Amino acid sequence: MAKVSLQGVSKFYGKVQAVKKIDLEIIDKEFLVLVGPSGCGKSSSLRMIAGLEEIDEGIIKIGDKEMNNLEPRERNVSMVFQNYALYPHMTVEENLGFSLKIAGLAKNEIEERVHEAAGILDITEFLQRKPSQLSGGQRQRVAMGRAIVRRPDVFLFDEPLSNLDAKLRNQMRTEIKRLHQKVSTTIVYVTHDQVEAMTLADRIVIMKDGIIEQIGTPLDLFERPATEFVATFIGSPSMNMIKASIVKQNNELSMKTNDGIIVPVPKDKQNSVSEGQNISFGFRAEDIVPLKFGQKPSSAWEMQSSVNLAEPLGTETLIFTNFGEIEIVSRMFTPEQVKSNDVLDFALNLDRTYLFDENSGLAI
Amino acid sequence: MNKKQINNILIWFSAIILIILIMTPGLWVVLTAFRPQVDVMAKPAVWIPRNLNLIQFETMLFGGSEGSMGRSPIPVLSYLRNSLIISFTSTFIAVLVGTIGGYGFARHNFKHKNKYFLLIMLTRTIPGISLSLPIFIIFSKIGLIDTHIGIILVFVALNIPFTIWLTDGFFRQIPRAMSEVAMTDGCTKIQAFWHIELPLSRSGIASAGIFAFLISWNEYALVSNLARSTDSKTLTVGLMDFTAQFTINWPGMCALAVFIIIPALILTFMVQKHLVTGLTFGGVKG
Repeated sequence: MAKVSLQGVSKFYGKVQAVKKIDLEIIDKEFLVLVGPSGCGKSSSLRMIAGLEEIDEGIIKIGDKEMNNLEPRERNVSMVFQNYALYPHMTVEENLGFSLKIAGLAKNEIEERVHEAAGILDITEFLQRKPSQLSGGQRQRVAMGRAIVRRPDVFLFDEPLSNLDAKLRNQMRTEIKRLHQKVSTTIVYVTHDQVEAMTLADRIVIMKDGIIEQIGTPLDLFERPATEFVATFIGSPSMNMIKASIVKQNNELSMKTNDGIIVPVPKDKQNSVSEGQNISFGFRAEDIVPLKFGQKPSSAWEMQSSVNLAEPLGTETLIFTNFGEIEIVSRMFTPEQVKSNDVLDFALNLDRTYLFDENSGLAI
Repeated sequence: MNKKQINNILIWFSAIILIILIMTPGLWVVLTAFRPQVDVMAKPAVWIPRNLNLIQFETMLFGGSEGSMGRSPIPVLSYLRNSLIISFTSTFIAVLVGTIGGYGFARHNFKHKNKYFLLIMLTRTIPGISLSLPIFIIFSKIGLIDTHIGIILVFVALNIPFTIWLTDGFFRQIPRAMSEVAMTDGCTKIQAFWHIELPLSRSGIASAGIFAFLISWNEYALVSNLARSTDSKTLTVGLMDFTAQFTINWPGMCALAVFIIIPALILTFMVQKHLVTGLTFGGVKG
């Protein structure tokens, strides 16, 4: 049983506060992903759990035991680093068995556990090689093997895939997920890549500037972003976001953009905004569709605009067009040829429009 | 012939001239060691050796009787013993302390770190010989003149800064993640250093070791002041034993010089592989 809990944890580097009093409960056997832009404090948080950074404020517990004053070796966690950090002077077998040797296990038991781990990760044939004789993906597997051999309470992954090329990254991503199903141990995984976060996580923690913006399942974050930052961070392409202020028109509240375009406030939000309020409203690419090639949503707002650029991706085409002065992107699922400068009618699905208060950034 | 070929020829030509310039005195030392005094002193000079012999070495090592200067008055074996004790001990201590120091500078942050580093390096800017008088006065007061310990102490002090500088560069090139993994793998800090970082910086430590050894082994000026008798005189200082009031036994002196070069040469060859990677490695950091 290894749940991990962070209670009011802070980290300072000199005067800079990298992590600001964060609270986080990680459930046993959960795959939790910490995601955010660089400098958001995700790696510092992970390193504090590992014991590689001092905890300046707050408490970190693994299981029910407080970890603050324990050395990394006393915490029974395994960490996989971005640059693998395999021991270059040891063979793969020695790399895998090193922690067990340090722990003083018998030779035959070390061998047994090394081979078991090598079997899980399919690296048995490389056991006698040195790390320098392995490819990037193989090294990554050895690094994971070294982590699982110890049967730790918690796995910590620090951007383990960012050194791999795109194809290998997708492959290893699947393997990490499969590994989690096999060993079913708590995993805390740090990445800056929201696709990795979405595909791997049971729950995602989005961090920015040392604070947690939102915690939730991938679909939670996608469907119900709590802040403007989360809305634009999750999802690809990024959510279209347009600044506007609330005005009253025909007894109904509407959003007026800086270019003077007026869009009605969605029905369910009419009571949550007030006249004069500055907001941003966002909508995903698939929620603004070219009428000619898509189904018109039930509560639609229509506009006409010319195509700046079209990116056919096979199953879908991304259409870049203007919303007033601001360029937005629309996703079309019909396999039709669209050219630059084509003038299309677009329908925005008002039911799937997100509103954020401009001052606080919070969802309305 | 194109430009590249001419370039190559020029490079080779200057390299050969350089090598001749560097090698000639050494070659002359070796040649002189095997020639009779008559040939060495002859005017005009005898460039091509006519007869070579081992008399000087026999005399030096076994006190042979038929040498040109009679029985060897020079206790070479005592000098050798002194040289070995002093060089190996001082190298061992300098490398041990220097490596720990280098690790400290590479891995730990403390107040005024850069100033301390500069201070240690600055000690190397003082010419060693200018220290000989102060060292002599201090040592004579505390009774360290003509002792192994005294000379070892001087060499340790001379060699530590360089060892720190070299190993600091090596430790910096080992990713921090390496020891961090080791620590989550169950190592204490010291175990991580011992099992991971130390083996990885082997070539740097070997380079530092060979430099420290060569400096101690070849040093003359300082030791000639501090060593007074066979208790502590090293081989290099022993060279001066071949000068008498009116004569200098050149072949004898050169024979001892050859004798001094050989162990240094053997050692250098033994760690050559490390030395080359070591120097290029350290060079990256600069």
